[in-house]
Amino acid sequence: MTWAALLVAGAACYAIKLAGLSLPQRFLEGPRVQRIIPLLPVALLAALVATQTFATGRHLVLDVRAASLAAAAVAVLLRAPFLVVVVVGAATAALLRAL
Amino acid sequence: MLETCALSLLMFTGASQFAFIGVVGAGGSPWAGAATAALLGSRNALYGVRLSSLLDIRRWRLPASAHFVIDETTAMAIAREAPADSRYAFWATAIALFCLWNLGTLIGALATHALPDPKVLGLDAAPPAAFLALLAPRLNAREPLAVALAAGLIALVALPFVPTGVPLLIVAAAVLLYGIRPR
Repeated sequence: MTWAALLVAGAACYAIKLAGLSLPQRFLEGPRVQRIIPLLPVALLAALVATQTFATGRHLVLDVRAASLAAAAVAVLLRAPFLVVVVVGAATAALLRAL
Repeated sequence: MLETCALSLLMFTGASQFAFIGVVGAGGSPWAGAATAALLGSRNALYGVRLSSLLDIRRWRLPASAHFVIDETTAMAIAREAPADSRYAFWATAIALFCLWNLGTLIGALATHALPDPKVLGLDAAPPAAFLALLAPRLNAREPLAVALAAGLIALVALPFVPTGVPLLIVAAAVLLYGIRPR
């Protein structure tokens, strides 16, 4: 089932890119479409941050991941590159667990 | 491992790949993961609109070009002034990124195979940090900031009551409702 979903998701992502290149512009230039599409990644990424930090399965939990998110946020504010932010997040969790 | 490499080859849009793995890895349905990945990929359609006027792609090249319409190639292409430079920037970025991205994926997939417990290295804390890093540059005004905070809150409130992965779809639906309301 994972493979089927993976292939469908890949095809969907490709279809979206192709649609952007080939559809007449008016389809994607409506004010609502222009407003919703940039907000979708914002909302989904924020929801992913929240659920991957403060939950295990379907339970809300507060553990070292909260501290590592805070450390990653500091790295972001210091304009660290993408990989550095990820490493800071992982390293903080590893350090706190090793203490 | 094969799945991870297939994601990079076939999907080739980073945030969507991470989201798919995030949902499935947390025990969610692969279909919820697929829906989230597609919703996150919707921004690539807007990039396509800007690129199609800029690159003047010939019909037969369109299907091949489409696969490479992502954040990075769009940013490199629209930063050039002459159309020929834009085209060059688009394809150079596309080819370089596609090779490195898939090579990196393969190395990562092989390396994690050799790891005993990902938690010791804090690898479970890496995805939220990655999502935060992808999110941060988009929080450049009051509206996206408010939307991000609301989305995080909605996802956590919904989480105990619905299957894993579904909070993300609830958040996407909330954005649609927010966006289509008359103003």
